[in-house]
Amino acid sequence: MNDFTIIWKNLFRKKLRTTLMLIAIFVAFFLYGMLASVGQAFDSPGSSDDKNRMVTLNKINFTQFLPISYYDRVARVKGVTQASHSNWFGAFFQDNKNVIVSFAVDPPTYLAIYKEFDMPDAERKAFLGDRTGLAVGRAVADKYGWKVGQTVPISSNIFSQKNGSHSWDFKIDAIFDNSKVKGRDGLMIFHYDYYNETVSFGRDNIGLIVFSTETPAINDAVAKNIDAMFANSPYETSTDTAEAFSKSFIAQLGNIKLIISLVVGAAFVTILLIVGNTMVMAIRERTREIGVFKTLGFSGQRIFTQIVAEALLLSLLGGLLGLSCAVPALLLINKISAGAISGLTVQPIVFVKGLGWMVFLGLVTAALPAWSAMRLNIVTALGRK
Amino acid sequence: MLYQLRNVSKRFTKAKETLTIFDNLNMDIPEGDFVAMMGPSGSGKTTLLNILGGIDKVTSGEVSFAGNRIDGYSEGQLSEWRAANVGFIFQFYNLMPMLSAAQNVELPLMLTNLSGAKRKENVATALNIVNLSDRAKHYPREMSGGQQQRVAIARAMVSDPQLLLCDEPTGDLDRTTADEILTTLQVLNRELGKTIVMVTHDPEAARYAKRTLHLNKGVFEDKMVMA
Repeated sequence: MNDFTIIWKNLFRKKLRTTLMLIAIFVAFFLYGMLASVGQAFDSPGSSDDKNRMVTLNKINFTQFLPISYYDRVARVKGVTQASHSNWFGAFFQDNKNVIVSFAVDPPTYLAIYKEFDMPDAERKAFLGDRTGLAVGRAVADKYGWKVGQTVPISSNIFSQKNGSHSWDFKIDAIFDNSKVKGRDGLMIFHYDYYNETVSFGRDNIGLIVFSTETPAINDAVAKNIDAMFANSPYETSTDTAEAFSKSFIAQLGNIKLIISLVVGAAFVTILLIVGNTMVMAIRERTREIGVFKTLGFSGQRIFTQIVAEALLLSLLGGLLGLSCAVPALLLINKISAGAISGLTVQPIVFVKGLGWMVFLGLVTAALPAWSAMRLNIVTALGRK
Repeated sequence: MLYQLRNVSKRFTKAKETLTIFDNLNMDIPEGDFVAMMGPSGSGKTTLLNILGGIDKVTSGEVSFAGNRIDGYSEGQLSEWRAANVGFIFQFYNLMPMLSAAQNVELPLMLTNLSGAKRKENVATALNIVNLSDRAKHYPREMSGGQQQRVAIARAMVSDPQLLLCDEPTGDLDRTTADEILTTLQVLNRELGKTIVMVTHDPEAARYAKRTLHLNKGVFEDKMVMA
């Protein structure tokens, strides 16, 4: 027998109470794992290593179009090495609940910029040469059980064809993975030309222009030049890095971080009060036993350590279980949403911060009862006075 | 001489009133003694037992154990001293409910440097002495009062302390069980040479001791208190 035996036995001496505390801590850290991971995913949606990747879009907002002619002009700006363009298509498959992130793009230039879209050479070649071709991210293909060579009807909740149909037939030429960020493959791309010649309105318009610069050092200068070039035109532009664009896009959804902080904070304060109060009661019930331990020769410091360790063990058991369960829960969400929120997984930083919170919770809830136990007078504890 | 108390006083201050439990008390306890301490409630016998056990401090005076002054010890020093020299037996057994009999007995050995194997051996021996070898894995709630008290005795003696302090060890037991417990204490005193100080209200229990001291209002009524 060692101190851990005593700590463990004390922790589970009242199984119902301990189970309820574990559930409370489990829920708090499950919530934390989920929300912090969502926050993390939103915080770095692009996570682009390409700091020289930039985006030009309509100054009003990203729902407004730009003329396709802007693309050529941007591509010729000094310092721009590669440019492409894309259109948000508003796609869904069969049911409008099955939303798929999809873009009409110029494949050769688009794939030259997004080098992380990793697909076999043969499939890449087939996709580039097929105007009705579709390149599908692995998560989307897996969700719908799609295979290369299959033809699938994709509908748009924005656009329609000249013949009145809202559905386009695409042949799946390629299935790609994201070689940089695992799980960031919940999207699909197809040829802008095919879209442009069949769409009933908005022809020769594009959603945004994406381009690479020679070096991140000239990003600001290039952005200023481009926006100046289109100043006072019917379609003024706003140019920024792809990373900044992603963040501003997320910002339009609301202050995700604040919402997450408030929810997690409220859960934590509640759990802190519940667990702290229960720990105080649990230790108070053991006053006489603590007196006996001290009578036997156990020092105050050793009893202090045992109580702190007990609270830490409780916090870590519930917390690790909660955080661990957030992992499959996020995988499930990823699968259901076909990777709509890219990078949605419990990142190491979330885990490390979670561990920190567990230790904090354990220490704070143990502080008062452990301190009281350490200073407890034996005679008082034994009720002998 | 194992224990010597010289001019020991103990006072409590409560609500600005000072209560004197005893004043200038003197006492000797030779090694191998078995002392029963009797007296009415409030006479100070439990306070005296606490002082002998190093869980309460004197207000003034000298307390010496085996020739060493312990009245000036810090809390930490007293903890170590208790672990090495004193075994306690309480009226209500005070076993840890979440630990088995063997684990309860092993508690004092956690404060020693003995190996796991040696600890198990000592626990088995202690449980054997109190005739509870077959109850080693039982929890306190699964045992009778007498059995629990025997576990408490095993716990008190497992680390081989020189002094056993018993506070009403049979106060919660029927006569037959009480006699069994007292016989066990007598065996520990006679055959293992343990020095025992026992507080009791029961004259029958006091008969098992080698001598009885009567404390009344903080004063010994007996003449043979000092050697």
